Order: sequence, then C-alpha cells, then structure tokens
Amino acid sequence: MSGETNRVPSERADVCVIGAGPAGALAAHRLANRGHDVVVLEAGERFDFEDRERRMERAIRPGHDPLSVWEMGGPRDAYSSAGERFYPLNRARVKGVGGTTLHWQGMVMRLHESDFESWPIDYDDLRPYYAEAERALGVAGADDNPFAPPREEPYPLPGFEPSHSDSIFAAACEQLGVTTHSVPNARNSESYDGRGPCVGYGTCKPVCPSGAKYSADHHVVKAEEEGARVIDRVPVQRLAHDDAGERVTAAVYAAPDGTTHRQEAREFVLAAGGVEIPRLLLLSKSEEFPDGLANASGAVGRYFMDHLFAGAGGTLDRRTRQNHVGFITSESHQFYDDPARATEGTAGGIPAWDDAPADPAAVKLEFLNYAGPSPVEMALSGDEWGDDLLDTLREGYGNSIAMGGLVEQRPRKENRVELDPSTTDDHGNPVPKVHWRVDDRTAASIRRANEIQRAVLDELGADVSWTVGPEATGPAFHHMGTTRMGTDPAESVVNAQLRAHDLRNLAVASSSAFVTGGAMNPTLTIAALALKASEHVDERL
Amino acid sequence: MELSRRDALAALAASSVAVGGGAVLTTDVEEGALDGTPFGGGASSGDDERASGDGEADPLAEDRLATLLAVADVVYPSGVSGVEEFVRTYALGRTADRPEHREGMVDALAALDEHARSWHDAAFRDLDAETRESVLDQMAVDATNPDPEGADPERVRFYVVNELLYALYTSPTGGELVGLENPQGHPGGADSYRRGPRE
Repeated sequence: MSGETNRVPSERADVCVIGAGPAGALAAHRLANRGHDVVVLEAGERFDFEDRERRMERAIRPGHDPLSVWEMGGPRDAYSSAGERFYPLNRARVKGVGGTTLHWQGMVMRLHESDFESWPIDYDDLRPYYAEAERALGVAGADDNPFAPPREEPYPLPGFEPSHSDSIFAAACEQLGVTTHSVPNARNSESYDGRGPCVGYGTCKPVCPSGAKYSADHHVVKAEEEGARVIDRVPVQRLAHDDAGERVTAAVYAAPDGTTHRQEAREFVLAAGGVEIPRLLLLSKSEEFPDGLANASGAVGRYFMDHLFAGAGGTLDRRTRQNHVGFITSESHQFYDDPARATEGTAGGIPAWDDAPADPAAVKLEFLNYAGPSPVEMALSGDEWGDDLLDTLREGYGNSIAMGGLVEQRPRKENRVELDPSTTDDHGNPVPKVHWRVDDRTAASIRRANEIQRAVLDELGADVSWTVGPEATGPAFHHMGTTRMGTDPAESVVNAQLRAHDLRNLAVASSSAFVTGGAMNPTLTIAALALKASEHVDERL
Repeated sequence: MELSRRDALAALAASSVAVGGGAVLTTDVEEGALDGTPFGGGASSGDDERASGDGEADPLAEDRLATLLAVADVVYPSGVSGVEEFVRTYALGRTADRPEHREGMVDALAALDEHARSWHDAAFRDLDAETRESVLDQMAVDATNPDPEGADPERVRFYVVNELLYALYTSPTGGELVGLENPQGHPGGADSYRRGPRE
C-alpha cells in the first residue's frame, strides 16, 4: 500500500469529495485543475498497481473468496438484502482508490435522447460532457452504430475490430434483419494518456493487469498532480451542517487508528455510488433533517434501479474462438428505443412483440467473446489430469457461443436503499438494506431479449444449452436512482445542476442522480454528470 | 508439443514475477539467472539441510524440485516435452520474491511425501508413474477443492497440482494444446481474437 499516511484533515479546503471512484476522481481532477484546494476522502485503500497480476491470479484460481480480489467484504462492507430478490451488493462494487472501475467491464455508451424524457436535463445538455468524458476515459469506438444518439466528433481512439465470433453472428443477424455494430470501450486500442494498448490478458472483469482498461485511479493520480489531496481508508461517518440547515460544514470521517476527524470545506461532492450516497445522507439525519440530510422529499434511497441480465448460449458445430479477450466487440442497439419492433431480413426476421399486457422497456443486445469456460479455469477446477484432462479441455473449449444483454428497469418507489438498524458496520453505523424486485415490465423486457437471442441462435443452428430469463436473471451491478434529479424539491433530491435542493453547497456526482436508467452501461453518463456537477461547483466557488 | 523457457517466462509474467530486473518478456534475461531450484537458499523453516546460498547444490532443494517434477509427470499431458526446464524456471520465478508462497509449496510437497512414505515406504519422486498417480488418487487430490489454508489434500491441490496446471495452461504452448494461442491470463495481444480457426 502506498500513498499518504497522514490522515488529519486539511486546514483549508475549497472542496471535499467523498469517494475516489470515477465520479470522484474526475470531479477532483477538474476542480483541482481549476485551482481549487481539493481533498478526497476514500473509504477503501489505495491498491498497488504492481499487485494486479496477483489479483488476476486470485480471480482465475479457485481457492480464494472472489471478493478478496479487491479486498471487499467483512464488517466494513456489511449489508442486508430484503425484498423478492437477493442483491449481492459486495460483488457489485469495489471500495478503494479507483472504485468500481477497478473491476468493471469498461463498456461506455451514451444514453439515448429518449432516455432523458423524465429528466430535468436533456441529451443536448449532457452532450458536451459526454464528449469530455470520452476523452477523459479514452474511449475506443467507431462511428458505425445507426441507433446511437448524435455525436459531434470521432471517438478519441479507433474502435476494436470485430471478433471472429462477431462475424459468425453478423451473418445470422443479417438474415434476420438484425443490425450489428461496434461497441465503445474504455480500453486502449492504442496507447493513450500514458497507458499502453490492450495486451489481451482476457481477464478485464475483474482485473486488467496491464492498465489498458480505464480505471479511475488514473484520474486520482492526475488530480494529485494538480494539487488534490487524497486520503484513503477513511470512511465518512456523517455530514454536519450549519445551524440554519443551509450548508454542509464538515465531513466526519474515521481513520484506521480509531480517531475521528472533521474535514471542513466550502463545497462538498458526494461521489460514493448509488448505495453509499443515500446511506450517508440517511446516517446524517439531524433536528433540521429528521428523515436524513437533503431528504425533505423523502426520495433519498428510493427508486433504486439496476439493469437486468438476459442471455442465452450453447454450442455450434464449428470453432468460435472464444476467451482470447475479456471484452465485447459487437452489439445491437436496434431494440433499444423500440423493443417491440419487428425486423425483416433476407431469410426471415424477428416478430413484433405481442405478449400483452406488459410492454418491454429498452433492450441492449451483446454478442459475447467469452462464451463457455476458459481452459485454465476448467483445468483448475476439474477432477482429472494428464491426457484425460487435456481431452476434456479440448472437448469443452472451442465451440461455445452466447449472447447477453441488458434490459431497463423503470424506477419504482418501493425498490430502495434504507438503513438497517439491526445490523451495524465496523464503526457501529447501520448497514445499507437493499429492497429490490423485478417487476412485470422488467420481466417482459427480459423475455423479449430472450426471444430475439433465441431467434439469432436458432438461425445459427446452435444447440442452445442455457437461457437466463426472468427467473434466473441477476443485476448488472449498476446502482442508480437513489438521489434522483428533478425540478420539484418535493419529488427529487438534486436539481438540474446536480446540487441538493435542500443544501446550497452539496453536489451529487453519481448514477444515484439518474431519473431513469435506460439499458446502457452507466459509467460514461456518471462521468459526464461528474464533469457537469464540477462545472457548477466551480461556478459557486 | 515442446514447452520452452519462453513459455515459463510468459507464465511468470502472468503472475507478476519480476525476473532479471523486470526483463521477463525479453530475451535478455541474464544467462543463469533462473538456474538452480526454487527451494534452495534457505527454503523453509525447520530445514536442517538448507543451502548456504552460495551456489552449492542443496540436496533437499533438489529433492523438492524432483517431487514437483514427479507431480508434473502425472498432471501434465504426455505429449508435452521440455517440462523440467519449464517447471524449474517457472517455480524459481514464482518463489523468488514470495516467501509465503514458497513455504506453502514446500509444506505441501512435504505432505505429499509423507503420504507416499506411509503408503509405499518411499518418497513420492521415487515411485513409479502408476503409483504416483495412485497416491494423488488415494489422497483424493483430484476431487478436492484447492485451499491454501486447508488440509493436506487441499493444499497439495492448491500449491502443487494447481500451481503446475496454472503455469501450463496460462502459457502459449499450454493454450495451443487446447486450441487457443492466447489463453486467459497470458498477455498474448489483442489480435488473435479476430482470427478464424486454422483448419
């Protein structure tokens, strides 16, 4: 572990950023670059880059708790899950400098214009920030997606070329009238911003040992180079406010030596993700804010959303060349804005959705490059060796094919993060309790994704061996909606400038501000919102 | 298929071992830098015959390497050659700056030997091929879950069998055996995924 060991507060700070993931790192970098004194408080540790291969080995080799790859779990990270679906929260996040981008997949799409219908900002408001975010993260992409929203300039890096299996899918999709296209990746296709190109370890999620995949520790270092101070292993316990209840005055944090400190600042930026942000606000209740800080609306923690996974796969009677890389190079966004639509190709098509009563919400389809098990993982968990093992590996590897996809979950008030007073963390604070269920419309969206996936796999002649539908689905680990943005302080937590309605110096840079989640991976929008929030913080300073 | 020194160095690169001043992937690793055995030079605690570290051959260290190679003989496919140099190079690199890992390997090899002696009155490395395999079977190493903190079979699986399998199947040659030239865990570039099958 490297970095600063002095964990006493800075005497004078313009901005205190809570959380050193992508939102916090970009905000800290931007505000430090503008000449402000910035302190970043991070609950997790600062990981040594040199340890990444060892973390990769922990991920590949059985015999370790998967959470240990990024040191998650234990009393610090205790949580409860309620509701119809268990929510595996600690698999869904990383605490540390770099945050969840340390283990993310690195898929970075813009939301569509239609996604902003119930937001107080529209696509055009966010468009310049999207472009900035793409430059910051180093997005590799190609301008071949007919369904993508308008963009003003090419991607910073050339896109990754399609895989061999993409070409297998493309032929079948053409026959069904399904359009495939490239995928924007926060992953270097060539050297960019001091990081080298992808070298193909094939373990992107949960560890990129080369650093070609963007992770936010990169911008933490850049923020420090601009003068920001980053303190790790200091979970913030609560926020304090002034007597008038108008301004946050300090972030109270715990240090590893058992001491507690107060970091004062003129502005505060919450960037701790869609679960810890509402939790911190709820923990910060006071006489003036009896239901939690910035929670006059009662919406803090409410409207929790995730994306749901839908998928299907099997085998072909030909080699599919999977598991060379750990990322995706083709998708179809054809069913995003109009998931019920029919298609017509050269040899049939996808029928229109007619499974009333529920209409599907947005669907994003993925063509996987890592279908089926990887040989090394099979070898390490098998019960054979020698020639028998090799025969099994040869039989098990080579012909797998699979599609995945994300579907949208619309905001519902009863899906929520609240405090669980019956369970406390290592500092005696109630843990977050996640209430989450899959509603009928989301289930319909998953069935629609399955229907299209099945049609494509049938067209390929695949022997379909698995389907993840509404019963087996799971969350994509995108925590959204818990401090929603809006114009009405009675209905929302932050305004269109990402500032809390109730407090004049409290900004939120997170997917927690999303009003709806669409079906696109959220991090590019998180980055864009963080840059926008930073602009407004800068204006106020 | 021939396992090469380059395979071992590539597999080491995938496990974050800096050898020869970080020159792992280059061909200019100092001649002799990876000679010796992984278990020489003060291998483990309670070891009465530890080497002085001055380059003298250490019988116990050589024995441990021989045991590791005897396991490789069982768990590696029969069609691979060059195993001795591959395993020696890999294991040496793996243990050079990871004393805890080396301890784990040494202890697991000792546990394996103990079982071999109790059942067959001989060190594992001195058993014939069929008997070696039967010892692993009798310990149920094939059916057990690897666990670095576990009982003997679990540690033998983790520190010996899976150590060897991880080395092989994250190397380019190990990948080729199965049909992919860039196996998971090996930084084999971002081109091979685009190529179709050779046949």
